[in-house]
Amino acid sequence: MIPSKFDYIKASSVDQAIELLDQHGWEAKILAGGHSLIPAMKLRLNNPSILIDISGIGELNSITEQGDEIHIGANCTHKAIANSDLVQKHLGLLADAANTIGDIQIRNRGTLGGSLAHADPSADYPAVVLACDATIEVQGKNGVRSVAATDFFQGTFTTALEGDEIITSIRFPKVSQGNYQKFYQSASRFAVVGVAVVKDGNDVRVGVTGVSDAPYRATAVEEAYTGNADAAEHAVDGVEVMSDHFADSDYRAHLARVFVRRALEA
Amino acid sequence: MKISIKVNGVSHSHDIEPRISLAQYLREELQLTGTHIGCDTSGCGSCTILIDGDAVKSCTVLAVQADGCEVTTIEGMANGSGMHPIQEAFKEHHGLQCGFCTPGMVMTAAEIIKANPNPTEAEIRDGLKGNFCRCTGYHNIVKSIQHAAEQIQS
Repeated sequence: MIPSKFDYIKASSVDQAIELLDQHGWEAKILAGGHSLIPAMKLRLNNPSILIDISGIGELNSITEQGDEIHIGANCTHKAIANSDLVQKHLGLLADAANTIGDIQIRNRGTLGGSLAHADPSADYPAVVLACDATIEVQGKNGVRSVAATDFFQGTFTTALEGDEIITSIRFPKVSQGNYQKFYQSASRFAVVGVAVVKDGNDVRVGVTGVSDAPYRATAVEEAYTGNADAAEHAVDGVEVMSDHFADSDYRAHLARVFVRRALEA
Repeated sequence: MKISIKVNGVSHSHDIEPRISLAQYLREELQLTGTHIGCDTSGCGSCTILIDGDAVKSCTVLAVQADGCEVTTIEGMANGSGMHPIQEAFKEHHGLQCGFCTPGMVMTAAEIIKANPNPTEAEIRDGLKGNFCRCTGYHNIVKSIQHAAEQIQS
């Protein structure tokens, strides 16, 4: 399968990538790891006329410790995140989630920024980004801005990014107690249900992916939790649960309650 | 668009369309048909090669993305007339039936063993999550990789 014709430009800086995005508007797509975009282009589900490859922009590749936070560049691959000493030490649940994505080959190419910008409703990272209360740093023609994780995900393949903006990095507060639990779609290894929990005593933050058209904070669970995992019964309160041929909505809701419970008990 | 890629130690330069995948480039421009294309959408792993030492699915990398990179394909695994220990182990332990998935299996095995010189059966099976064998011969593939790891260590 061969995609429609397109022009390819390898951007050498964030400024250049933004300038190109601004110039070409919705005709352009950003290419990072390409492991969602290229198959979609082959299937002609997506037909950009220009691809802006940001994978060579070195400034998007770093993982650094900044006080109480870990900053992860948008271009960091799942493998780099899973293997990072800083991530393993301060964001164990993110390293674990990265290791559950796809397979070795996909983890060698796919990136954190690419996954968040793509916003597949069954992607793993969004649950972790929400539970960690991370901040997504974006840059566009009007400068830089910080978007809270809770404001970033708006629906299936839809985020708060404007047409001329790209993600540059994600700021994660360090986590002392957290975990990620996942029910795999057995062929693709996407999350049928993925649950990230960050705990601070009886205060919990619960991020859920795979269940609805957008990942969400299970606030009903967070409010009900007083140290007892029965709060998991509220996992889908107020949520419109997805239904597909992998899991209908009743089964998915059940899985969400089970996996929230496991994450609270872990 | 002009690209320069080193494949199995040999430098190549071509002027190609950006929409050509690396797998297609290897097979059609360089005639390296050992890299197989199965699903063509990054599910099956039969097109696995190494880019700068990392196992990747070459159907889901554009050839232009590999500009300036070093690529290793199945054809680059053997050393002269001698097979690579992973290839030898697949032969010795019947790690293939129809053979279509084998090049991808061998290339993924190279990364599994590089990252973990002494992998357990479970670790090998986990490492092969991105490679399908539709003859369902996984048992001997796993055995071949275990033996290859032992051979390489000794």
